[in-house]
Amino acid sequence: MRLDRELACQEVVELVTAYLEDALSPEDRERFEEHLVFCDGCQNYLEQMRDTIAATGRVPVGALPAALEEQLLEAFRGWRSS
Amino acid sequence: MEQVPSPQDARLLEGLRAGDEAAFVALMREYGAGMLRVAMMYVSSRAVAEEVVQEAWLGVLKGIGRFEGRSSLKTWLFRIVANTAKTRGMRESRSIPFSSLGDDAGAEPTVDPDRFLGSGERFPGHWALPPQAWAPEGRLLSQEALDVIERAIDRLPPAQRAVISMRDVQGFTSEEVCNALDLTETNQRVLLHRARAKVRDALEEYMR
Repeated sequence: MRLDRELACQEVVELVTAYLEDALSPEDRERFEEHLVFCDGCQNYLEQMRDTIAATGRVPVGALPAALEEQLLEAFRGWRSS
Repeated sequence: MEQVPSPQDARLLEGLRAGDEAAFVALMREYGAGMLRVAMMYVSSRAVAEEVVQEAWLGVLKGIGRFEGRSSLKTWLFRIVANTAKTRGMRESRSIPFSSLGDDAGAEPTVDPDRFLGSGERFPGHWALPPQAWAPEGRLLSQEALDVIERAIDRLPPAQRAVISMRDVQGFTSEEVCNALDLTETNQRVLLHRARAKVRDALEEYMR
């Protein structure tokens, strides 16, 4: 899948999280960044993954069902008075 | 890893130990739903997962006096629910823990292979259908976009759903997730990557 030592887009997209987590070796990081320089598609993909992460951070943490919350509170009160 | 509880954890712990209901409610509201998602990784149904969460909180209350702050309070909470769920899952004789991770961790591509040029082309593996820039950025901030993300997360396999929720919704570090779920860095990253790729896909559809 490689053109000489260049990464193909199909490989780059699989490395995005490792890149963002700073888990690539220095050589791979360099190849990844070199690829981005000339590839708008992969730049967009990386940018969109960043946007996705930021947007996901605005999703509410969610709630437990009310009945379960109530049971947990009961358990807490029981524990407190024991 | 920290050896003393962070100031925030210390306040919550003090409140819990003193029987302060508000401290308990705060903790339950912040982490309860995330703990339920973790339980779903290991057991077969939502109903059993809810029982696991209940059992885990009883364990939390029982253990709170002995908690030393070797890990953060939230890591401790999530470890307890993960361990409770694993035990329960084994009793259900459901061979989940690593088989589900195994499925997820395969070499399957996260982007539709049809979007890339095939091996007969001059630049195989390069974009045939590259992602287009998401023009009106404001749309990403809409309630609709958040709904798209929530639905996409709900559709994920349980391990991916738990990991993206912990990392990207609740803001755990990768180290915290690995500690809480006993995952290797690599497994954690693979699950996170697959989850994020699917959420991005859903957003791409929406932003079109």
